[in-house]
Amino acid sequence: MHDKSDTLIKATSNGLICEAGGFAIDPWEPSELALITHAHADHARPGSERYISTPDSVALLKRRLGDTIDIRAVNYNEPIRLGSTDVSFHPAGHVLGSAQIRVEQAGNVWVFTGDFKRDFDPTCLPFELVPCDTLITEATFALPVYRWQSGREVAGEIAHWWNLNIEADRPSVLFCYSLGKAQRVLAELMHYCSRSVFLHGAVAPLTDIYRREGVAMLPTQQLDLKEKRNYNAELVIAPPGAAGSTWMRRFKGASTGFCSGWMRVRGNRRRRGYDRGFVLSDHADWPALIQTIKECGAKKILTTHGQSETLVRYLRELGYSADELSTQYTSNDAETETLTAANDAVVNDRHQT
Amino acid sequence: MKQFVSLFQSIDQTTSTNLKKDAICKYLSEASADDAAWAIYFLSGRRLKRLIGVQQLKEWLYQKVDLPEWLIDDTYSSVGDLAETIALLVDASEPKEQESLSLSQWLASRILPLRTVGIDQQREIVTSWWSTLDYDTCFIINKLLTGALRIGVSQSLAAAAVAQHSDLPKPTILHRLMGKWEPTAEFFEQLVSADDGSAQISRPYPFCLAAGLETAPEALGDVALWQVEWKWDGIRAQIVRREGHCFIWSRGEELIETRFPEITEQAMLLPDGTVLDGEILAWSQEGGVMEFSQLQRRIGRKTAGKKLLSEVPCAFLAYDLLEHDGLDMRQHPLADRRESLEKLLRSCSTGLKISDTLEQDDWNELAVLRAESRARQVEGLMVKKKDSHYGTGRKRGIWWKWKIEPYTIDAVLLYAQAGHGRRANLYTDYTFGVWSGADLVPIAKAYSGLSDKEIRTLDKWIRKHTIERFGPVRSVELEQVFELAFEGINRSTRHKSGIAVRFPRIVRWRQDLSAKEADTLEQVTSLIADS
Repeated sequence: MHDKSDTLIKATSNGLICEAGGFAIDPWEPSELALITHAHADHARPGSERYISTPDSVALLKRRLGDTIDIRAVNYNEPIRLGSTDVSFHPAGHVLGSAQIRVEQAGNVWVFTGDFKRDFDPTCLPFELVPCDTLITEATFALPVYRWQSGREVAGEIAHWWNLNIEADRPSVLFCYSLGKAQRVLAELMHYCSRSVFLHGAVAPLTDIYRREGVAMLPTQQLDLKEKRNYNAELVIAPPGAAGSTWMRRFKGASTGFCSGWMRVRGNRRRRGYDRGFVLSDHADWPALIQTIKECGAKKILTTHGQSETLVRYLRELGYSADELSTQYTSNDAETETLTAANDAVVNDRHQT
Repeated sequence: MKQFVSLFQSIDQTTSTNLKKDAICKYLSEASADDAAWAIYFLSGRRLKRLIGVQQLKEWLYQKVDLPEWLIDDTYSSVGDLAETIALLVDASEPKEQESLSLSQWLASRILPLRTVGIDQQREIVTSWWSTLDYDTCFIINKLLTGALRIGVSQSLAAAAVAQHSDLPKPTILHRLMGKWEPTAEFFEQLVSADDGSAQISRPYPFCLAAGLETAPEALGDVALWQVEWKWDGIRAQIVRREGHCFIWSRGEELIETRFPEITEQAMLLPDGTVLDGEILAWSQEGGVMEFSQLQRRIGRKTAGKKLLSEVPCAFLAYDLLEHDGLDMRQHPLADRRESLEKLLRSCSTGLKISDTLEQDDWNELAVLRAESRARQVEGLMVKKKDSHYGTGRKRGIWWKWKIEPYTIDAVLLYAQAGHGRRANLYTDYTFGVWSGADLVPIAKAYSGLSDKEIRTLDKWIRKHTIERFGPVRSVELEQVFELAFEGINRSTRHKSGIAVRFPRIVRWRQDLSAKEADTLEQVTSLIADS
């Protein structure tokens, strides 16, 4: 005997489904109506008949899923009626256009955070706390060692590293997830310099979209692979998939850096063989996860991807009703950003040639 | 400490060996001799004798941090390094101490005195460091407390940096860094001076290491150019006999003479100014070399009792003469050294044995002998160039080990545990089992042999197919089969399976096999009869 309110949103083999509303959220199998929290590949998959997202996500989704998708934009905080539910999108602070999705039926409120963070990010609207009865939260970095400095501070470290490499006359190659992280770095770096930055072919088109949406960033230019020149003293931003590929050969003697929350742990960086690890994440850190769970007022917490087990056990000890949801959002291990970005690189390289 | 922390950062922030070396050189030229001595002590892999146990530090961390113990354990298992876990977890605290003590002052006035105080006071002192130190300093101090520094610098790289700094040859520095020394200003000054004066009488020479022979031996040319011996399966050791004293060094640079009194007694009959390279083996008068597991009983004891001494007598088989009449012989050709060695051991009848050379006319005959290795309790053949000098470290082309093919079996993955250091947060430590009736019994643990890509794939599989968790260990569904190789197999009362294997490693992931097709304990046990 299940109370209906218990299953307003459930995890099925196709994704998170809301039967009462007749829609799926970030489904991994095609569905009739897909509500998309943000444009990262593990949340926005092709094949659904109709999509709904925030206006800021539309251009990114079209770039990722094709121009011909049937997509409707709904403003943040603008309620829409779907089936017997009231649905609204709320800023998640993750990347441009990212949203939490609030679903209400008969006074029972569920919120799915999608991916979120609470740190300041000049490229997107700040996270909005949405009170609810049941919270479905990501748990990518749900271990107490994961705590972030501000993006501004980390950009300062990156700028300092770049300066050292300018002095040593060698290229700086910075690996960042091509949607979101790269643009956040470019925006934060404006506090430290005004030099132009070179972009890998997977990063450039997404950066163009950010610019068109009005995000202020350092000047950039896409690498011209045919041009023979040296990149000493230059900063190059590329997706992690480009590391170790032949593409890297043109940056002889480069110092390499990787921007990711995983870089908080030394072994993660050493295993990948980067010179520098910059701890910069677009996910909530441990204090932000716990704070959000406490502040949203939910009595029931469901967790997706990441250190779900750990978070669930911890929350139960705090007296919450907590469970893991089985999903296919893939940021549950350190390789994800790399893999997804590598796919981007492949896709976009194909676009180029 | 600031200076040393900044050295650590320079080393940690590059993957280039040259840049690391430059950073160490820069430190050596700027630091005081006291600090330089301690820096080289730690960078070359030495550690402080156990100051505070890992368990102790964990206890203090439980008390210090307001989190459940299991969560701290989970975190530690994900981070894979206790020193780092502590630094990361206590990092939140605000007030930072302005650090003014240097590395050597830290050791002299803070770390080493920990030995002289009780455990409660130790806790108070150490946890107060945690609250006040910045992240990097806290990490390094914790590393020093828990053991070796291990920050991506090998002993060889540390020696190369000292060599560059002092403008001396690297082998000279490697030699001077051998054996027992105290990290003092005086030591460092001698280390980098053109003539280091009277050396420590106990100092051994860097061991010459053999490379594995990967080609057919015919590629080595005329067999007459090579000295061939059995590859003994014991403990590599150096006997240093100088000024009325005798020291026996293991390859790990541990002094082990008290463990082998019968060998020490014989070695005392050597003339002063003699250094021998050789192998310690469990050796019975009647039967010759005994199983390695017997020798293990001796290795485990600091001093051996009468009973053990008579049950497992040990012998030293010499195979090289490194110092003769007080002279360093290492630049002499092997053939000359061998001749002197034979003469020396004949003349002073110490009871020390010599590792016989195998005189054969061609490689085929040697191949036949090599095939007898298992029955003779050896690991194959050693092939050494007769005109070669005694090398420092692993130098290709001088000494080859021509080992026998390992045993191989197919076993099923039972348990997995996350690794440490650069394998943190990845399931890389595996336990394998073979069939005993309807059950699988654990037979070996293995950590190496898979490619990085395979490790990542397997890691994902393990996370998805976990049955149960026991702290950091996960039991998994019984599906994955691996071919394992190992060098030796013995009966053992300490293992549930009743057997123990030596040097197990993964040869390949047998995705073509199902668990049912893995080997049985019976099949594995039958390999013992084989030896």
